[in-house]
Amino acid sequence: MSLTEQTGAAERLGSVSSGNALELRGVTKMFGALAAIRDITLTVGSGERRAVLGSNGAGKTTLFNCVTGDFLPTSGTIRLFGEDVTRFPAHERIRRGLRRTYQISLLFNGLTVADNVYLACRGVSRGRFSFLRPRENDTLLGRADELIEAVHLAPWCDTSVANLSYGQQRQLEIALALAGAPRIILFDEPAAGLSPTERAELVSILNGLPGHIGYIIIEHDMDVALRVAESVTMMHNGMIFKEGTPEEIENDQEVQELYLGDGHG
Amino acid sequence: MSIAEPRKAAVQPMWFEKIPAGWWALVLILLTMPAWANDFVLFQVMGWTFILGMIALSLMFLAGYGGMVSLIQMSVAAMAGYMVAIFGNSGMGEISMGLPWWLYLPIAVAIAALFGTLVGALAVRTEGIYTIMITLAIAAAFFYFTRQNYTIFNGYSGFNLVVPPPLFGVDWRAPMPFYYLTLGCAAICYLVVVYVSRSPFGLSLQGVRDNPRRMAALGFNVTAHRVAAYTFASVIAAIGGILLAWQNAQIAPGTAGIPAVIDILVIAVVGGITRPIGPFIGALIYVLLRTFSPDVLLAFGLSGERFKLLIGLGFLAIVFFSPDGVLGLWERWRNRRARGQDPLTGEDP
Repeated sequence: MSLTEQTGAAERLGSVSSGNALELRGVTKMFGALAAIRDITLTVGSGERRAVLGSNGAGKTTLFNCVTGDFLPTSGTIRLFGEDVTRFPAHERIRRGLRRTYQISLLFNGLTVADNVYLACRGVSRGRFSFLRPRENDTLLGRADELIEAVHLAPWCDTSVANLSYGQQRQLEIALALAGAPRIILFDEPAAGLSPTERAELVSILNGLPGHIGYIIIEHDMDVALRVAESVTMMHNGMIFKEGTPEEIENDQEVQELYLGDGHG
Repeated sequence: MSIAEPRKAAVQPMWFEKIPAGWWALVLILLTMPAWANDFVLFQVMGWTFILGMIALSLMFLAGYGGMVSLIQMSVAAMAGYMVAIFGNSGMGEISMGLPWWLYLPIAVAIAALFGTLVGALAVRTEGIYTIMITLAIAAAFFYFTRQNYTIFNGYSGFNLVVPPPLFGVDWRAPMPFYYLTLGCAAICYLVVVYVSRSPFGLSLQGVRDNPRRMAALGFNVTAHRVAAYTFASVIAAIGGILLAWQNAQIAPGTAGIPAVIDILVIAVVGGITRPIGPFIGALIYVLLRTFSPDVLLAFGLSGERFKLLIGLGFLAIVFFSPDGVLGLWERWRNRRARGQDPLTGEDP
């Protein structure tokens, strides 16, 4: 993406921007009679880094799916940078600066690492339908190479995704979410299944993101979550249970009972 | 970083150096074929192979790159053939409009592409077997409609005397010109598909095949991409359909009957839908079986009528031994040979 194109996009997005990256108001998602999430009201500021905690089935991933438009909420409104996107299809939300990663890697197994990242860069720029092959000095190819380097996958550039290790696939998952000009990223358990070394690398990648990029991260590992987030939302049974700073949540009596109490019965 | 760099720093070979010798041999054989093959081989065997190959190529593009198995490609081809007969010249003077070739050819391709796009727009919302069912249903409807409609499609008998325009004073239905005409069209379609497969459009189509949900989460409009793939494939099928009408000098409902529709699927699967050369291999096998199996049967003292049995057994054998078609057989054989020769690097000797 050229510089002029980039500023143009930023201006277009800026015109509808308020201070908040994401505003959810009374968002409910029913699956039949079951409410996966109920009456969620949540505000995430621009550049804010938020962790979402909660046990399995608390509705964290459903919340993400509603925000990205994988499915529409049953009721409530979702605003992205001040714009009501509740009824927008997923790709329209992505083009407005939203990105996400998936809990279980969703990659293009038939393609190479380079092709995967190139597609991600192409998805949020013009020429998605171009019949012309990119030239050697194509800016997007260069951008894709940078992203691959940023997630330490350069040596596997031409490897088919199917042949990558699990940890590498998780890294690629993050590279896809960083393509283009992301403004808020939803990370769905990026550390799941990673080794301690890989976790440390993940924390360094997350902390190394430019300040204007906010994110919401679902994470079971308190240790990771509390090191990369400046605020925490605790979910339980499809509802927001508690919000606060990492210290507040860590020391909260009710949270401790909920998180630790399970094991004691 | 240092590991990735040699990839770019290495001197790029010229484009013609990257093409394996086998391809040059194939080009040479195909170009010189009229010098040593008879008219029957040129017109009936090779011409038909290229035409069916093109129509199957349009299916390969949808199925191999887009993950959409469409049974409408033969109907799209027949639609183009009909439009050539209707807007151009045929034995049915009262229906045919007799427009000049530079007008009726683009019109025929455009209408066929529009038809394919509309079917695509209906079919892309379904997955897997439902895509097959909905396209098969429309193909069947097209067949019965053309057979019963006399005002436009001239019903059961269709159109005869549908011949190519005598451009540059050449009779393009004569064996040698027709051979080069179909070869040229097939080569262009093949090269365009190879080229497009690595373009943003082709790559994102493969992304849609592997993971539509993720494509949407990268900012792609998945539905629009799938529909556009139908449009692109329809143009290729339409070119094949026009040539098919010219080869037979007629177009009739049977051209796109259910057996013909299924044949295209069989050709693509037997050849292999992983690469664009597959459909042409499949078409050659199909045409050879169709053309020579009656003779083979007669030689064994069986009735020549039962040629379909031989075709069926041939296809059964290929699909049984190699679910990914002849291409799959070839690739496995090459891998095995490479392993045998150089277990360390896996390189071809």
